[in-house]
Amino acid sequence: MKRIEAIIRKTKFEEVKEALLSSDIDWFEYHDVHGIGQSRQERIYRGIQYSTDVIERVALTIVCRDQFVQPTVKVIIETAHTGEVGDGRIFVSDMIETWSIRTGEHGDTVLRDKK
Amino acid sequence: MNDIALSLDTVWMLLAAMLVFWMQPGFALCEAGFTRGKNTANILFKNFVDFMFGSLLFWFAGFGFMFGSDGAGFIGAPNWGDLSFYKGELPVEGFLMFETVFCATSATIVSGAMAERTKFSMYVIYSAVISLLIYPVEGHWTWGGGWLSDATADSFMMQTFGDVFHDFAGSAIVHSVGGVLALIGALALGPRRGKYAKDGSSRAIPGHSLTLAALGVFILWLGWFGFNPGSQLAASGEVNRTAISHVLLTTNLAAAAGGVATMFLTWWKYGKPSFSLMLNGVLAGLVGITAGCDLVSPVGAVVIGLLCGLVLVYSIEFIDHVLHIDDPVGASSVHGVCGILGTLLTGLLSTSNGALYGGGWGFFGAQCFGIIVIDLWAAVCGIALFYGIKKLHGLRVDARIEDEGLDVYEHGETCYN
Repeated sequence: MKRIEAIIRKTKFEEVKEALLSSDIDWFEYHDVHGIGQSRQERIYRGIQYSTDVIERVALTIVCRDQFVQPTVKVIIETAHTGEVGDGRIFVSDMIETWSIRTGEHGDTVLRDKK
Repeated sequence: MNDIALSLDTVWMLLAAMLVFWMQPGFALCEAGFTRGKNTANILFKNFVDFMFGSLLFWFAGFGFMFGSDGAGFIGAPNWGDLSFYKGELPVEGFLMFETVFCATSATIVSGAMAERTKFSMYVIYSAVISLLIYPVEGHWTWGGGWLSDATADSFMMQTFGDVFHDFAGSAIVHSVGGVLALIGALALGPRRGKYAKDGSSRAIPGHSLTLAALGVFILWLGWFGFNPGSQLAASGEVNRTAISHVLLTTNLAAAAGGVATMFLTWWKYGKPSFSLMLNGVLAGLVGITAGCDLVSPVGAVVIGLLCGLVLVYSIEFIDHVLHIDDPVGASSVHGVCGILGTLLTGLLSTSNGALYGGGWGFFGAQCFGIIVIDLWAAVCGIALFYGIKKLHGLRVDARIEDEGLDVYEHGETCYN
């Protein structure tokens, strides 16, 4: 059982979402994140030019059984890719245990990814 | 005057009063949008304070100071809530309401410039003083029949300039007075924390919602259709129906021209058209046309709008970058600078007596003199009031309150939960 975390472009979220739903993942979480990086964006407010280093991205969190890690990562890389700097990162880490609140079952079988 | 005509005039005046009242939410939203979300309850509250205290105090005494029996052309006698002194054709209670909303407009201009750092209690004191005294006194000089509008042949204005001061709906009387007080208030307070870097450069502090600001400006634009055409105070008969139509047109043209001028100037200066400044540009055009909306031609209105929209941008830059006075919403430029400019341009562009229309320089001189004494009065009162409060009690909240937001510490209530 693994946790996949992906930081992707906001503009790519819809595409990645559709691709994940049509692959074998039936639940994932996402949230808007603000990151600070080396790149700057020029802004103007009331005649004052300033630069912001805040970069807005969407973070996806997917917990799945081991056999789904490679296909899921592949789907994200294919759909979130533009080729420009800033496409994002994917992190995979071990997940130790999981419980279903409704049934009290535990183990990776409670994950409702298909097959 | 026949009865139906007088009723029509009354309905028009009351309708206009309601439209001008509607400028209060316009100011409230505009100021809330241009400031940060941690101070939204505070800025909205101040707008309510201006209207609430203005309504009570102007009814109780301000109306008398402005329209009461004349004391040497300088101040009227306070009425202490009694309206029976007023001898006009229009119902006095309706007329009081109409004048009240103008007084409250002048008062509420200041809250934006002093946003995000003023003690609420001290703002209440300011708000009471402008509605009770500062506005009614200069209002008496002009609309109240005082010395600036005294057209008798041996009056000071007629002897000196051969003409009286003209401010149809209040570029000078309402807006420039609010603008001057806004500038002095912001100066007395000092800039918001973090506004200026150690090297003196100005930092952007983006407002939390340009959506709210945009809605506020549209609401103000609508409100101005009561502010200016309503100041005719009559609708019946050919003269009046022509006049209010003309004023509505000149008002709208100047607003549009002001916004367009700011849009193109910022596009040229910064490479991109600035939405936040364009919003101010519309208001600059509206403020500018208010003095002469009855006297200038539609072309004159466009000229006034364009000039106000252009001057606005440089004024905001000058006040921010050179004077280092932190006015978060640009009230001192929009209402102060463009109010003065509009009053002066009326002296040039009036089709009946303006200098550029062969009317000679007498009327322009009257406009220059009038705006100087009115704003000098506002400045003297503003300095005494704001620096007096600063010395006696302190005008500004503690740094920690400013950092965490006035909503939490001044009111215990926040707008966004």
